[in-house]
Amino acid sequence: MTTAPSSHSLAAPGVPGRVCGTTGLGVCLDAQRFIKLNAVVGIVFLLLGGIAALLLALTRWQTVHLLPADWFYRILTFHGINMLILWILFFEVAILYFACTTPLNARLFSRKVAWVSFGMMLTGGVMVDYIILAGQADVMMTSYLPLLAHPLFYLGIILVAVGTLIGVFNFFATLYVAKRDRAYTGSVPIVTFGATAAAIIAVVTLLHGAIVMIPTFTYAMGWTPQPDPAWYRLIWWGLGHQSQQVNVCAMVSVWYLLSHVILGARPVNEAVCRTAFVLYILFINLASAHHLLVDPGVGATWKIWNTSYAMYLAVLASMIHGFTVPAGIEIAMREKGYVRGVFGWVTALPWKNPALSATVLSVVIFGFLGGITGVTLGTQQINIIAHNTLRIPGHFHVTVVGGTSLAFMGLAYYVIPLIFQRDFIFRGLARVQPWLFGLGITLLSFGMSFAGSMGVSRRSWDIDAQGIYGPAAHLWLGVLGIGGVLAFLGLLTFVLLCVGTLFFGKKIGAGAAMSDWGTPPALAGSSAGSLAHDHYATKGTIVLTLIFLACFAVYYFANWKALADVWPVR
Amino acid sequence: MSLRPLTTPWFHPPAGHEKLWLGLALLWCFVMSLMMPYWHFRGKQNSTGEAYAVKPADFLARTEQFVAANRVGTFKNPVAANAMLQELPIAEPPPGGDAYLTARMWQWWPALRLRAGETYRLHLSALDLQHGFSLQPLNMNFQVLPGYDHVLTITPTSKGEFTIVCNEFCGIGHHAMTGKIFVE
Repeated sequence: MTTAPSSHSLAAPGVPGRVCGTTGLGVCLDAQRFIKLNAVVGIVFLLLGGIAALLLALTRWQTVHLLPADWFYRILTFHGINMLILWILFFEVAILYFACTTPLNARLFSRKVAWVSFGMMLTGGVMVDYIILAGQADVMMTSYLPLLAHPLFYLGIILVAVGTLIGVFNFFATLYVAKRDRAYTGSVPIVTFGATAAAIIAVVTLLHGAIVMIPTFTYAMGWTPQPDPAWYRLIWWGLGHQSQQVNVCAMVSVWYLLSHVILGARPVNEAVCRTAFVLYILFINLASAHHLLVDPGVGATWKIWNTSYAMYLAVLASMIHGFTVPAGIEIAMREKGYVRGVFGWVTALPWKNPALSATVLSVVIFGFLGGITGVTLGTQQINIIAHNTLRIPGHFHVTVVGGTSLAFMGLAYYVIPLIFQRDFIFRGLARVQPWLFGLGITLLSFGMSFAGSMGVSRRSWDIDAQGIYGPAAHLWLGVLGIGGVLAFLGLLTFVLLCVGTLFFGKKIGAGAAMSDWGTPPALAGSSAGSLAHDHYATKGTIVLTLIFLACFAVYYFANWKALADVWPVR
Repeated sequence: MSLRPLTTPWFHPPAGHEKLWLGLALLWCFVMSLMMPYWHFRGKQNSTGEAYAVKPADFLARTEQFVAANRVGTFKNPVAANAMLQELPIAEPPPGGDAYLTARMWQWWPALRLRAGETYRLHLSALDLQHGFSLQPLNMNFQVLPGYDHVLTITPTSKGEFTIVCNEFCGIGHHAMTGKIFVE
């Protein structure tokens, strides 16, 4: 057995790498280049999707009602594709390239493969955006058959999916080679483990995408007969819902990453956290059923079993992370000496650090709003009073946007100084940005959810045409509109800060550290690791999670009560 | 360390607060899992997905036959997508009988009159695209697909005028696709 570093280790001679002046960790320069490329392109798509979001919010805000009907549906399709597919996938590939190199001290498997992946994704993305704006694909992101778009729409999505799969291959190959060549010893850290779970789910997800999109593309070309609409829904949601679980895995990994980088937090129990990621991989597949709960042709047994993801084991996974992330933070803060009372560690958190506030807001918004509503609306029978109403986007805007996108924004406050090696401009504005975005998206979600409870449907240009919605529904659509405007301002601030920093941010020289956003100092007399064996040190976290469980139960049973009030139906 | 490989043994059984939370969360997952089968047998609102394959043309023929046999009047829909779609026949199925409702761009055809407290087998299908049956202001929602005769065994328990809104995107007139159910 040799001790010489292998050619895939960053420590090997001749490998293009550098040592980070802030963290002391090795950075592979190939990975760095593709992290930069994917992150920048992702943020461009985020801006495009954000502009679309503003137009949509200002249209559903019935008093403003900005867009004409055809452009509303066109922009809605554009918004879904740019946000849920393009922004998220590009940023996730960047996260994967990071997670398989720096934490393992490994170099990226292949530059060529990374170029192919990036090129295919970008080509596909531009193709889809072009054909939507050309008015040839007004079919919503879901493109439910028999609605039919221009073949380029499907081809573009296939290119994005295959390009992403190639990027995921590069990730797995890097992991394999790093392990084989002993670039590191021991077990991969939790961030890499979570990213691996995300990558595994991504493969399953993208295969569903291929299974459904290829026959739809050939049908659009006139080569094959039309696939069955119910079959299309089943397989499409194997793509549509699971891809959101890729986001959840990536987001949770970012929670672990940022709480570690900012506060030195570590998982209370590695075994439990890793098991939770495995539960996602095993059971999330079933959640595709959540979109078919009031569909014809699929029976109650199938609906109930799949709804519960086999006894809610994937929900259990999220509830585990919802405990272990704040618990890790609490332990880290208490070990630094912030021990006053039950919540003294919360008030002592560096709230001016935008990555910290983004992480905490992401955990709270995702858990309290997104998680509770998602499980409840996705309950088989309760779905009768929620399906296709605005309650559904009211749910997923607080998971994917308030959760995932906000966590990714928090990550950017470290990625740009550490990977692009430039310090942020307008740091005061950056400190406010997560709050503005979080507040906006929360208001938007409340507006959507309450309007949806009053029966207002999603994906509808004009509720006045139906003649049945009163002032309360209009009020909540106004809240949706105001929330949308605030969230857009938060998003625009983020994009301008990032782009401005790339051009005008102060360069961080080799070996120099980034400017500190704010990290809590260890108080006198404290010692790291002192609470490693105290299993009752997380007093604040257990109180918070019990409050969460109480909120969950109240919302859940209130919805059963609401369901019991409608007409009997079988 | 969350960012460096773990070199010490990391498997420990959960303990303390974490063990407590795991137990509570698992218990809650069981409660939620059991609620659905419980409601399936004891609750009154369920979506069983009863459906039969049907060609769109056949479903339209059945609906026309149903309207011809059970027509009780005409309804002028004030919020129809356009003037041609304004006039809807009103059909009243016999208590316990079958009612047919065809979804098409952009109308629910025909209007129905039902009796409170009676149970009906309501057949839903689409002729062209997917549509969404959204009964307001009750806010009950079901998916309607072409090629599938989706049967809801439904019992109106409140009287009045109910509007069916389409809540699955079906083209430029989607927002104005409405229908009516009168319950007496």
